[in-house]
Amino acid sequence: MGKTLAEKILSARSDEEARAGNIVVARLDLVFVQDSTGPLTLRQFNETGLNTIYNSARTVLFIDHSTPSPARELSNDHIFLRSFAEEKGAVLSDVGEGVCHQLVAESWAKPGDIIVGADSHTVTAGALGAFATGMGSTDIAIAMALGKTWLRVPETIRIIVRGRFARGVSAKDLILHLIGQIGADGATYMALEFSGETIATMPMSERLTIANMAVESGAKVGLFPSDSITEDYLRRQGRKEQYIPLSADPDASYESTIEIDAAQLEPTVAKPHTVDNIALARELAGVDIEQVFLGTCTNGRLDDIRIAASMLQGKKRHPHTRLVVAPASQKVLLAALAEGYITTLVESGATIVPPGCAACLGVHQGVLGDGESCLSTANRNFKGRMGNPEAFVYLASPATAAATAIRGKITDPREFL
Amino acid sequence: MLKGKAFKFGDDISTDHIVPGRLLHLRSNLPELAKHVLEDADSTFARRVKKGDFVVGGKNFGLGSSREHAPLVIKMAGVSAILAKSVARIFFRNAINLGLPVLICDTESINDGDELEVDLKSGKVENLTNGAELSFNPIPEIMLAILNEGGLIPYIKKYQDFVV
Ligand code: SF4
Repeated sequence: MGKTLAEKILSARSDEEARAGNIVVARLDLVFVQDSTGPLTLRQFNETGLNTIYNSARTVLFIDHSTPSPARELSNDHIFLRSFAEEKGAVLSDVGEGVCHQLVAESWAKPGDIIVGADSHTVTAGALGAFATGMGSTDIAIAMALGKTWLRVPETIRIIVRGRFARGVSAKDLILHLIGQIGADGATYMALEFSGETIATMPMSERLTIANMAVESGAKVGLFPSDSITEDYLRRQGRKEQYIPLSADPDASYESTIEIDAAQLEPTVAKPHTVDNIALARELAGVDIEQVFLGTCTNGRLDDIRIAASMLQGKKRHPHTRLVVAPASQKVLLAALAEGYITTLVESGATIVPPGCAACLGVHQGVLGDGESCLSTANRNFKGRMGNPEAFVYLASPATAAATAIRGKITDPREFL
Repeated sequence: MLKGKAFKFGDDISTDHIVPGRLLHLRSNLPELAKHVLEDADSTFARRVKKGDFVVGGKNFGLGSSREHAPLVIKMAGVSAILAKSVARIFFRNAINLGLPVLICDTESINDGDELEVDLKSGKVENLTNGAELSFNPIPEIMLAILNEGGLIPYIKKYQDFVV
């Protein structure tokens, strides 16, 4: 019997016949932490008494969640991360370089890898055909020390997408629609595997958006085949030689199959306070929004900024609506500057903040006031997510975000196309 | 045998309810962070919980971020086990890695304040308040081995590797 993508990758990296339901111990290609989970990971690592990092050249400490630091306690955490990296030889990604998952995609992940990170959105690298999953600090501490971890081989839900997106509709609407359909726990312990003609031609930036949000359905991993788009992306990152083609066997066995017609999708929004609380943008027309946030590991890439800039060109944000933009990495920021998108956005009234997580997790750079609503391109809208349990977070695409910034109310972006 | 009072929560209690991002600056000050445990779900919980009590959730308990601080502060509050209809994947691993049992069972019949008795060996929960008896799903073997050593750090100290 054939194998799913998850079974293939886990078999290759464990030298075992990895079948859904089995437990395997797999060799790891990349282990990473970020500054909110990292300090606990390093303390746990020190607890083990094992002392040396198994593969320090592929162990990365990212400082991205609170950059530059807004508080002395966090500055001290950053000092701890830097000195650990120095002492043990791990790779450090410091203030301003960007969000860990974006940097993993740009510089580290390759097809067939097994990647574990102390951050739930580690799944993002599934877009490149890597089995990438998030874990907690203790698991990552042990992964750093041993270079391996135990994994239960997940059952797989196959998502087949056909048809072309209508104008104003993109990958974000697709993944929000899917999560609305299967629920925030619809894929718990399972893999999502994406295929179909829409996926075959989907650019990497959109694949990353979809893989990123796989975890919002409870999934362990959101996998894409490795194909010519993957090859092209790796080539543009200067890593052409790391390409290998990878796809599921035609006779693989799936837990279930969901088919989606992309042409039927409309701009979609997740309402407070759960990601599966889905509505169409046009159904929410008129909801007042005090802040629009464009950025994050979900939608802070160049394509996202380009879409927003093209819609805001020559227009102003609504006077009652702040527009905060955080490019996902330094590379994205530089490209957006070179293309003139940043100028367009600033002229429209946007505030540009440095590459990093920024307002996403409610620490700084856009914390909401009591009763305020934010429309964000991020992946989570839980109560308290943006720093205030008395505030409301709506999730949507960059196009919906730009339209909403102009009107000051949730707006279907098709009104501007 | 574990015995204590049930603190009942609803469905979809996320890691943001348990330790919100706005308290990020306290993550290296665990005693201070622990004072806020589950604050955004029940602001009185930290004050009322006693050693040995249970956190009882609905479906998808612990969804959201990978922050291990979430099960950690629940453990620091003295909670002896978490019971829920279903649990998010990362939270499940994290709790077990810290030596905090997570028991998947139908928590519908448990009410806030009920006295519970949990037998980890037999997999039974007895509700001393209403007399109901529940059984929970067996914990996967590797996780049980980790739990039995008191968590992943003591497990690795003992075996130096994963023994599966
Ligand atoms: S951008 Fe948001 S979701 Fe992504 S890693 Fe940062 S905090 Fe997490």
